[in-house]
Amino acid sequence: MLSKAASLGGDVAGVIVGSGVEGLAEQAGRHGAATVYVADDARLEAPLPQPRVDAIAQLVTEKQIETVLFAQSILAADVASGLAARLEAGLNWQLTDIAADGGTLVGKQSALGDSVVVDVGWRSTPRIGLFRSGVFDPAEQVAAGAVERFEPELQEHSLAAEMVEQAHAEESGPSIEDAKVIVAGGRGLGEPEKFALIEELAKALGGAVAATRAVVDAGWYPYSTQVGQTGKTVSPTLYVACGISGAIQHKVGMQSSKTIVAINKDPNAPIFEFADLGVVGDLHAIVPKLTELLQARGS
Amino acid sequence: MKIAVCVKEVPDATAHKRIDPGTKRLDRSGEGALNAFDANAVEEALRLRDAAGDGEVVVVSMGPERALNSLRKALAMGADRAVLVADDAAAGSDLLATSLTLAKALEREQPDLVLFGQQSSDSDGAVLWAAVAERLRRPVISQVAELTLEGGSLTGKRQTEFGYDTIRAPLPAVVAVADSINEPRYPSLKGIMGAKSKPQETLSLADLGVDASLAGEQGSRTEVLALSDPPPRGEIRKLEDDGTAAEQIVAFLAEKRLI
Amino acid sequence: MKVRPADYPPPFAPSEAIVAPMDPASERIEVGVLIVGGGPAGLACAIRLGQLLEDSPETAERLGEVPVAVVEKGKAPGSHLLSGAVVNPRALRRLFRDRPALDGVPTYGEVHGEAVYLLTKGASLRIPPPPTMRNHGNWIVSVSQLGRFLAEQAEAGGAAVLPETDAQKLLVADGRVQGIRTGDKGLGRDGSPLGAHEPGSDIAAKVTVLAEGTQGHLTGAAVQRFGLEGVQPQIWALGVKEVWKVPRPLRSVVHTMGWPLRKRAKYGEFGGSFVYPMGDDMVSLGFVAGLEYTDVELSVHDVLQELKTHRLVRKILAGGERVAWGAKTITEGGYHALPKRFHAPGLLLAGESAGLVNVPTLKGIHYAVESGIMAAEAAFRSLQRGESPARPGAFASYDEELRGSYVLRDLREVRNMRQVFDKGFFLGGALASAQTVTKGKLPPKDFLTEANADRTLIRTDRAASYPKPDGKLTFDKLSSVFLSGNRTRDDQPSHIRIQRHVPLDLAELWVNMCPAQVYEIGAEGGDGTVHVEVNPSNCVQCGAITAKGGRLTPPEGGSGPEYTLT
Repeated sequence: MLSKAASLGGDVAGVIVGSGVEGLAEQAGRHGAATVYVADDARLEAPLPQPRVDAIAQLVTEKQIETVLFAQSILAADVASGLAARLEAGLNWQLTDIAADGGTLVGKQSALGDSVVVDVGWRSTPRIGLFRSGVFDPAEQVAAGAVERFEPELQEHSLAAEMVEQAHAEESGPSIEDAKVIVAGGRGLGEPEKFALIEELAKALGGAVAATRAVVDAGWYPYSTQVGQTGKTVSPTLYVACGISGAIQHKVGMQSSKTIVAINKDPNAPIFEFADLGVVGDLHAIVPKLTELLQARGS
Repeated sequence: MKIAVCVKEVPDATAHKRIDPGTKRLDRSGEGALNAFDANAVEEALRLRDAAGDGEVVVVSMGPERALNSLRKALAMGADRAVLVADDAAAGSDLLATSLTLAKALEREQPDLVLFGQQSSDSDGAVLWAAVAERLRRPVISQVAELTLEGGSLTGKRQTEFGYDTIRAPLPAVVAVADSINEPRYPSLKGIMGAKSKPQETLSLADLGVDASLAGEQGSRTEVLALSDPPPRGEIRKLEDDGTAAEQIVAFLAEKRLI
Repeated sequence: MKVRPADYPPPFAPSEAIVAPMDPASERIEVGVLIVGGGPAGLACAIRLGQLLEDSPETAERLGEVPVAVVEKGKAPGSHLLSGAVVNPRALRRLFRDRPALDGVPTYGEVHGEAVYLLTKGASLRIPPPPTMRNHGNWIVSVSQLGRFLAEQAEAGGAAVLPETDAQKLLVADGRVQGIRTGDKGLGRDGSPLGAHEPGSDIAAKVTVLAEGTQGHLTGAAVQRFGLEGVQPQIWALGVKEVWKVPRPLRSVVHTMGWPLRKRAKYGEFGGSFVYPMGDDMVSLGFVAGLEYTDVELSVHDVLQELKTHRLVRKILAGGERVAWGAKTITEGGYHALPKRFHAPGLLLAGESAGLVNVPTLKGIHYAVESGIMAAEAAFRSLQRGESPARPGAFASYDEELRGSYVLRDLREVRNMRQVFDKGFFLGGALASAQTVTKGKLPPKDFLTEANADRTLIRTDRAASYPKPDGKLTFDKLSSVFLSGNRTRDDQPSHIRIQRHVPLDLAELWVNMCPAQVYEIGAEGGDGTVHVEVNPSNCVQCGAITAKGGRLTPPEGGSGPEYTLT
């Protein structure tokens, strides 16, 4: 986000709000923030949105900041929205890009299930934008930014909610909804034991394992991994479908994956209609070999 | 216990959704339906009301007059009454304008708890509650997958990118529920037959004391400038395994910079 | 091996659909007249009842809080309605006589021109329209839109229209129909209740009107229960249609005969296509083929795709975009397959499920409306007198009226026209012409026909000529099902009853016949049989399976396609 902002011209500042977060300031500077504003306050320790609205609103007003950009997260979305209401500012979300255009900014919004791209603008400042995570590549800058602390004044209603127990990053593999890579198995596997092939391929790709309704129904794999109409809806960067025909109930759960690779022995399987790469062949031969090749590459 | 559930009519999930190139707004001329995620919020409200033994569930919405048809689904499920802000001047509202109008409608109701669904299926928005909570100056908890009420406070367990948080807040409060929180009930036949005769109120901006300049497109601070097609999905490649399929897949993944 | 679908009957007995009332009287939902099916027949019946009750408040009073209710299994009225459709406006004019609603009927205008073509693969020959296919002055409509409109009118007239409600069982006790039982909602695949389970309810009614459309689930059960079977078994055709947005308007209604169907009698391929304008920027086109066909590779969906590659049709669609797709069977048995009576104690039958379709003229909607009106009037007469509608013969006047009307007169005139096409295209065509000219007097003998499922299957290389879907002009079944708006919950019990181990030929027949890709061929069972895999959630409830050896039952209410333009 910082790198993108830096590419738009103008002064770019990073804002870090939290408790014990000063160490992050240097990193922010490296990615293009000329100034890094830091509010380090014990009351900001829990990842709750409302005190952050107070802090950022105060900063935006004091420093006359024109544009506030966020990378999507559950916390960032709530902060951005609260901030919009506090500052009477426009908020655009689901942004995938932003560009300077004759003194103002124009965002690219992916809308209606990615079926249309909307150019969105802001009618006043401050402008607030919420970007899909991972749409920009970070760029390293030589100069480090200057760190400037500020003391936020927190409002009463912002402190009303309190964190009773805070989550910690889970150590197990990614859940399928968050996974960037998913390898999925269907009835074409033939028997439950063959899910081992899928698991190994997923491991080699650093991804998660998913299953179709048919095999979950048959008790081959747990329901929590089911992708489709009654299971989870996923949109990873890469979806590898093994032995999956692509029935409608499965398709609706995975069709927005960025790249789909399908391996199926039935050349008429509907999945070949929407896979980016369709391989007609025996998955029992192809998948182990693929895993082997990927492991060789990785090592 | 008075619970307000903010709901929205969206184009039916199966309708071909498009943005009208003329108005640059979502074409809502087709079939409408209650936003499916809102059914979870209605369900949670009904459970809380029924557990408390008394109270009222009121659904609050903004939209064209005909959105009452969709609100009736919530009434058929068991909500007690519906309030719809229907005013031509409110059409085209962005987040800012919507949150203002909705907050005014909620102030009029003075509920102990305001519930939202996880997102709207038309705008993919998942932000409105925070803006409304800010206007109402009440605590907000989003993505709540488990909600308990005790005395004057509520506790929500929610899933984040890192696992589960547990957050407590005093009432009155604003909560957005995740769709995993419950399984919405089917309206019973008696519920469907009785929905039509439950109180359904339509309000104008003037009824709420909202200046028309702060609503609709006029009151919005964002705008749609242009529409375009997304970049085309790359060509579809299909190959028959001649013994080198695994190699070809690796080459394909490398070409796409996926490995 | 000679295979007939009828030799593999579905595990379903019509008596399963008939039960005595189950709910205690205190919980029962009571209505005056209960109408099953929110199509033209059922809604016309509800509208007419509203008109009559408005003029007779004391009768309405006696019917209780809900004098008229309509249950509809689709998501909304119209969701499951699909037809051509060119409508004879006669019955709608009668329904809305001197009422402003008549001007509100959603139509795409009157038919001004028409053309009939005989097709071969590479050519088309324009022929004079046979008298049965003259449509001047008729209205072009989307029956799905018409359904929504009629439902609004019915509600405005005081009827309770209850969508997403499937009439699963007919309540019969003491020899009379007492109402229906709706299906459970929220059952799991194995039939056990899920978290949000909502059990079905008895709806008790003084009069029950079955207006279920093609393949009426309860009508079939009622016909058997009350011994109403007609002279001949009912038969059906399958229609698959698409709606296209087109840059250039089509000016006339077009029908085609011949290609891609084959003429010889052994194939049993009877049918044709229609292309209708829908205003200046849309056309509706479809292909209809009788389900007496024999070739296991015939697929009406793919025949429609093939038809679109013909120059004549391609020209109409050029530069256009497909915006809707759907499929549905059409009742084709005609006069000889009509039920013996259109009523039983407490029960009235109306519309297509009662067999009221005129195949040669491709019309049924005005009969549906007309019979709905008559059913309303018969129910009202009985209720107004305060007599028990359950008295045997209480509805005899409905039968008399229907038989004395143009509805049955029309059907009698064309009674043999459909059947003679069993004899192949040319001989059938000649016999049909003789009937038209003589208003049904010639040929002098009635032709009888066999049930669709009784035909012995054959196999030719039929599928070889289907075009490969290009996603622009021609489409596969799956993307089509998507376009139908189908979102049947896929973890509910299967609503399709078939034998799961059948000869390969029969399995292939189902796979190819089904326009929604519900059936897949699974593992071999040895001895030439295969296991049939079923994806019930793809089902658009067209009903073809019931004609060809299986049985469609209603899934959970609200399931199935959501047609809005068809």
